[in-house]
Amino acid sequence: MSANASLVRRARWRWPEALVWVIAFGLLFLPPGKHLLLNEIAILALFALSLDLILGYAGIISLGHAAFFGLGAYAAGLMCKHVTPDPLAGLVVATLLAAMMGLLTSLLVLRGSDLTRLMVTLGVALVLHEIANALSRWTGGADGLQGMVVGPLLGRFDFDLYGRTAYAYSLTALFILFLAARRIVHSLFGLSLMAIRRNRLRAAALGVPVNRRLVAVYALSAAYAGAAGALLAQTTAYVSLEVLEFGRSADVLLALIIGGAGWLYGGLAGAVIFKVLQDTLSAGAPQFWMFWMGLFLVVLALVGRDRLFRLVRR
Amino acid sequence: MATILFDGVAYGMLLFVLACGLAVTLGLMNFVNLAHGAFAMAGGYVVVILMDRWGVPFLACLPAAFIVAAMLGLLLERTLYRHMYSRTHLDQVLFSIGLVFIAVAATDYFLGSSQRNITLPSWLQGRKEILGVNVGIYRSFIIVLCGALALGLQLGLMRTRFGSRLRAAVDDARVARGLGIPVGKVFAVTFAVGSGLAGLGGALGTELLGIDPQFPLRFMIYFLIVVAVGGTSGIMGPFLASLLLGVADVAGKYYLSSALGGFVIYVVLIAVLVFRPHGLFARSR
Amino acid sequence: MSAVLETLGLGKRFGGIVATDNVSFRLERGARHALIGPNGAGKTTFVNLLTGVLPPSSGRVLLAGEDITRLKPEARVRRGLVRTFQINQLFADLTPLETLSIAVDERLGQGADWRRRVGAHADVPREVAAVAERFGLSDVLDARTDTLPYGKQRLLEIAVAFACAPQVLLLDEPAAGVPESERRGILEAIAALPSEVAVLLIEHDMDLVFHFATRISVLVDGALFAEGDPATIAADPKVRAVYLGEGGHG
Repeated sequence: MSANASLVRRARWRWPEALVWVIAFGLLFLPPGKHLLLNEIAILALFALSLDLILGYAGIISLGHAAFFGLGAYAAGLMCKHVTPDPLAGLVVATLLAAMMGLLTSLLVLRGSDLTRLMVTLGVALVLHEIANALSRWTGGADGLQGMVVGPLLGRFDFDLYGRTAYAYSLTALFILFLAARRIVHSLFGLSLMAIRRNRLRAAALGVPVNRRLVAVYALSAAYAGAAGALLAQTTAYVSLEVLEFGRSADVLLALIIGGAGWLYGGLAGAVIFKVLQDTLSAGAPQFWMFWMGLFLVVLALVGRDRLFRLVRR
Repeated sequence: MATILFDGVAYGMLLFVLACGLAVTLGLMNFVNLAHGAFAMAGGYVVVILMDRWGVPFLACLPAAFIVAAMLGLLLERTLYRHMYSRTHLDQVLFSIGLVFIAVAATDYFLGSSQRNITLPSWLQGRKEILGVNVGIYRSFIIVLCGALALGLQLGLMRTRFGSRLRAAVDDARVARGLGIPVGKVFAVTFAVGSGLAGLGGALGTELLGIDPQFPLRFMIYFLIVVAVGGTSGIMGPFLASLLLGVADVAGKYYLSSALGGFVIYVVLIAVLVFRPHGLFARSR
Repeated sequence: MSAVLETLGLGKRFGGIVATDNVSFRLERGARHALIGPNGAGKTTFVNLLTGVLPPSSGRVLLAGEDITRLKPEARVRRGLVRTFQINQLFADLTPLETLSIAVDERLGQGADWRRRVGAHADVPREVAAVAERFGLSDVLDARTDTLPYGKQRLLEIAVAFACAPQVLLLDEPAAGVPESERRGILEAIAALPSEVAVLLIEHDMDLVFHFATRISVLVDGALFAEGDPATIAADPKVRAVYLGEGGHG
């Protein structure tokens, strides 16, 4: 049974992990003022976690992950306007729709090389962007989807102006989905993904059905991204075309890279750093933020991600 | 109808000059350079600044745009890019997005965020009736100039010593080095010429496309499409892809709404990538 | 005797080059068979056709009488056609325990299980421990694979294949590059493979081939050139000619 014990070890909870979540939930009791930003952080963290599932754990590069985020956002927005104002129903529907979209597009993404994958993911996001733009009767086109009146959470908690309910809602969703993701990456399924990311041919030679696993994780990742998009739509009561733009796909990639891909807290740490820096730096002029971000990326790529993170973690 | 075709061809030719450098770095050298548009933007701003501030004539601005973008390309290749050739695609993506951000931010800071335009010299303005087709004089100018460039590039790549060295270096860098080809230098020169051409394209496109700090991001996808659809064997593929894209874009925006036009292009892109991953015009392997 | 693995007129061309030329080959149940051939004879291509990494241009592959020509590599593995790799393709930063677990999980059809924790199911660790014991890896199960001595890594390569419960085991130069001191362990492990597993050894090292195989096939220029028991092959003047480079074509 010693073999068993050491396999379980990787998955065991450690106290710093618990501390992270205690602090995150503790921030709910802060005086009003920062909850809107915290809400954005929680949403970006979920989005980055979603990208990590395919990039960090399965080795699929995407330049168009906003496709699922945007789909989730519009789905939640339209649900709210035309079906029910209940946020949870919207969240579930948006998540499922995004998962279905992920399932469909995974067939395109699994073919070809890194290079074609980059282009196909980018292309899928652009197609959705154009569709959303063209269906302006439904989506509001360039003006955005307006007039969402989101109902109270669980029928009791109204979304307030300061974003406290919003943060509680997004953080809880993040926490639950994080637990699920944690379970999944430490499962047998997760172990087979680790093999696929390292060497597909070798994984297949161990009997791992590579394509089926990748389809599954891609759909899962899409579902997470859709949930993140739905949270944004519901907590801001607004959806604009910007949810599908390249910038959104780039931002989440950056956030994940800052935090480090391939470990579950990478997306979370990245989201915190990214948003806090963005908030601070773009206070002066938005160009500063972009400039520093760019410089960071260039240095990161030149020095090498592995080396840099090894320095930081030590 | 004929006018639309003509405008589309002109636009496509322009796209080719803008993107052909990327066709070589991405298509042949397999380096994902999302920052290619930044060199085009540099060329565009060279023209804007020279004409606006110093009243330099338009024709003199074109070589200047080429040279500035090429020097910039050479400088960056020697200092930064060459360290990235052997890295993973993800690293290359991050690196080149970073460069785009720096370029966008710096341009925005120093030159302002508004779109800039230029006034063409009077002999390039206006339209003329030729063989019953109403053609813009400036577009004709673009077609002739870019067509000549495309021809020159094709000949340069296929017929000159440099061309054969480049093809050898791309084919197998190690073998090429063994044959005494200075692979590093060949790549550097290629990169510089590609960047220079992008700069020239940016300069020529200033009047048609407008130039602003977001230019590299706005046109990134078009450049990538040209390479993806055109394939990676030589530059005739990207040339045809550019023409196709140019005509499709102009016609799509004219006949359909502008949103649906874009939709058609991206769907075609995905279809090509999925069914012909080596490009529409690639020789079958 | 019946064939467990059989190819019928198997061929592969790359453009104008014929890499595998109409190979009809039989591997008997429980065989100890070696496939030899000079460099560039097409052994690697042949293995890739057998395992499904490359699709053949012509011909068929049968496993236990069933046509598997169109099956993906992983489906062939699950049916018991398993290979080892000549150059180390192990997951450098995973432990032998994890690597072996993946193979056992997939065989037990649990690889898609996303609810259960790794190691939560008792069967897997038990089987992993048994395989590790067999190949002398018990004491290094928790070490990162890339920190193991090369001989242990080669043993792990074979152990991983064994964990897939092969009917047919393709051993691609299992002892290549292993220092003399660690070689014995590998030879012993190969010799101790259960007799019901058919083993096809792809090898350069004639000592190992003649030590191990009861039947030998010679591949030259992509085609089956000669086949027979070791004594026949050793005595065959055509084979000698090919190996001594005297340009014998016949």
